[in-house]
Amino acid sequence: MQSKRLLKDRLASKFMLLLTIFPGLIVFLMVLGLYQRSRPILAIKPLTGLIFSTSWHPLNGEFGLFPFIMGTLWVTAVAAAIAIPLCLLTAIYLSEYVQKKVREWTKPFIDLLAGIPSVVYGVWGVLVVVPLIKNIIAPFFGTFSTGYSVLAGGIVLAIMVFPIIIHVSLEVFGSVPYELREASWALGATKWQTVKHVVIRKAMPGVIAAIVLGLSRAFGETMAVLMVVGNVIKVPSSVFDPAYPLPALIANNYGEMLSVPLYDSALLLTSLVLLLVVLFFSIVARVVLISVERSIQ
Amino acid sequence: MDRRKIEESIFKWLMFTSTLIIIFSLVLILATVIVKGMPALNGAMITQTPKGGYYLGREGGVLNAIVGSLYLAGGATFLAVLISLPVVLYLNVYARRGSRLVAFTRFSLDVLWGVPSIIYGAFGFTIMLFFGLRASLLGGIIAVSLLILPIMSRAMDEVVRMVPEELLQASYALGTTRFETALKVVVRQTLPGILTAILIAFGRGIGDAASVILTAGFTDNIPYSLFRPVATLPLAIFFQLGTPFPEVQQRAYASALILTVVILIISMVSRILTRRFTKHIVK
Amino acid sequence: MEFKTHISVKNLNVFYGNEQALKNITVDIPGKRITVIIGPSGCGKTTLLKSFNRLIDPVDGVRVSGKVLFDGEDILDPKVEVTQIRRKMGLLFQKPYPLPMSIYDNVTYGPKIHGIRNKRELDKIVEYYLKQASLWDEVKDRLHQPASKLSLGQQQRLCLARGLAVEPEIILGDEPTSALDPKSSQRIEQRFLELKNEYTIVIVTHILRQAKRLADYVVFLYFGELIEHGPAEDIFENPKREMTKEYIKGIIS
Repeated sequence: MQSKRLLKDRLASKFMLLLTIFPGLIVFLMVLGLYQRSRPILAIKPLTGLIFSTSWHPLNGEFGLFPFIMGTLWVTAVAAAIAIPLCLLTAIYLSEYVQKKVREWTKPFIDLLAGIPSVVYGVWGVLVVVPLIKNIIAPFFGTFSTGYSVLAGGIVLAIMVFPIIIHVSLEVFGSVPYELREASWALGATKWQTVKHVVIRKAMPGVIAAIVLGLSRAFGETMAVLMVVGNVIKVPSSVFDPAYPLPALIANNYGEMLSVPLYDSALLLTSLVLLLVVLFFSIVARVVLISVERSIQ
Repeated sequence: MDRRKIEESIFKWLMFTSTLIIIFSLVLILATVIVKGMPALNGAMITQTPKGGYYLGREGGVLNAIVGSLYLAGGATFLAVLISLPVVLYLNVYARRGSRLVAFTRFSLDVLWGVPSIIYGAFGFTIMLFFGLRASLLGGIIAVSLLILPIMSRAMDEVVRMVPEELLQASYALGTTRFETALKVVVRQTLPGILTAILIAFGRGIGDAASVILTAGFTDNIPYSLFRPVATLPLAIFFQLGTPFPEVQQRAYASALILTVVILIISMVSRILTRRFTKHIVK
Repeated sequence: MEFKTHISVKNLNVFYGNEQALKNITVDIPGKRITVIIGPSGCGKTTLLKSFNRLIDPVDGVRVSGKVLFDGEDILDPKVEVTQIRRKMGLLFQKPYPLPMSIYDNVTYGPKIHGIRNKRELDKIVEYYLKQASLWDEVKDRLHQPASKLSLGQQQRLCLARGLAVEPEIILGDEPTSALDPKSSQRIEQRFLELKNEYTIVIVTHILRQAKRLADYVVFLYFGELIEHGPAEDIFENPKREMTKEYIKGIIS
């Protein structure tokens, strides 16, 4: 009886150990798998050629990624410009100025909305943001736009990353010791001076990490952006122009992928590039957050 | 002196306005979905599959997508549990605290958590090519289970981590093996938290479109085989919205409402469970 | 020993939500002396101290009634400019909390907030007050290094310099040596004994020996109530209340 129990324990232990390797393995396999599938196109064209070429004609074997990369950068930049100030201000307000009760209701509300699916944001974008840009914002600036634009993508994306940036920032602010604020107040500083010179300073690395995390999410976000950004293969020249971000490229062409030679390889290369960029920023942000937690101990 | 006050007032006003903007935009999204979706919502939507092709038909509903999503998300959640639970138990009961494997695995899970769903779709696609699979329920399940694995693991890990070391040692002192302790003590103590983690992951899996667009295909039918394409709610919404027919677009709004309601219910239930659960923890 | 009142507390009541932390405290704190507030842990000593510089204001659900007269003003009056009151009182916490900046910037933080911008003036302030806190020699070559690199004892002295740099009238200390090693504690106590010639000092401590070493005047609080107060010799040699006797003897703690 005893040995049966020990045997169970040992088997379970080996089994679990095997599975624990899984997560690390997945990261590795993803990079490897996508790379393998990208090799056909890399064999024909150098990476720099693909990244900087603007001509996208799959039927002719031309896979210039430049317009798509620019599209992604434009949309992410607009999203960042909107989200960063709003989220920072809100996080500071919720952390330093409102009463506990208000914070206790607002925080879950914001978190709840982190669960709303991408497509639903897309539907909302099509119903509200696109007409808003077409009928009000663009004319206000003296230009014309169909509404399906970088700006629409940026606005929708910004709202999608609000919850994560605010959530992580609130945690970081919360980890700044209360007594540090007291020390500043005791010297005669006002609440705002304390926030400006002490709290934000102490929380800065963590807040930056929160922003990086949010933006790397934005970078890879697919559906909602795809639905409002226009999907025109051209480098945008203004926020009112349509664009075609990388994730949208991958998602939109699932149909033709296998019928045109090298198409699937090009798209999987795109996925690989996207993955590596996101991995890089994620890892950097995580490392910063870990060291922030440790230093506050 | 006055400059200080002015600066403080300006920022206070800015902060308050930002918070309002954020809350307002989130409320606006919910309101739009409800207002547009309610009129189109009727019994037929939930109980019938699309008739006459989902592009052209004006009748029928999205039963194909509802059932398809449930099967797909359910299958993916099941697969994810099979991996998450042993891994989390290993990290917290078996492995030595502070071992490098533990740190590395947790870090990998954190990193995987941030990978966009389209990449999981692309990777799932690579796997499917490797095994000669076509767009199908199974393909979708593979992609989505990879997507929700880090989410589920992280949520489970946070809960299981809170089990105090002393409780484990009390169990060992009675002569139990680690396996028995893991099952009978840890899982029992953290069961609500584990269920919550599963719920959260399920919610994420059912709402995601980018991971299934490359791997699951689409169909008008209720799924009957693992190897045939399957319809999902997110994609149903996407396709319906993209048609030029207003009646079909209406159905998109209703589908969006259904999906949102399902996810909000899951979120709220898991939040309530978490709160209930953390009240009774043995510390 | 003569005692001239600097702070006058009248009928001070402090509630945190439904809990009453201070019950009807009336006491006069003498000027240019060291007053030590003693009593068991959690009985309101810190609350009393922090009500002097109104640091209890931001706490959720706090209610205060009564008067605290200082320089003729009731500092609990809502019309009073809180930051000016706080400037007149320096506070040392139990654990040193250096601000996330260099040693130099820590000391100049207060003065800068109150309007001093001239670099040469600031340099002088830094040197003077670091010397007052007997920290200058140890840090004069690394003033621009982060304050967090100092040892705990040095950090607490930095906090003392920082607090003195705003030129307060009163120094408050909330168990200021409890996190420090014996040598650093001794240095801080030494500074207090020297500083009392220029400042009024009020310290909270739960170490009776420290109280005996430092106190000119003693205030004994027990669970929010003022049990006894008076000159140090009176309290330590001849306590009038039974509870005081027992606390001093170490029976209740």
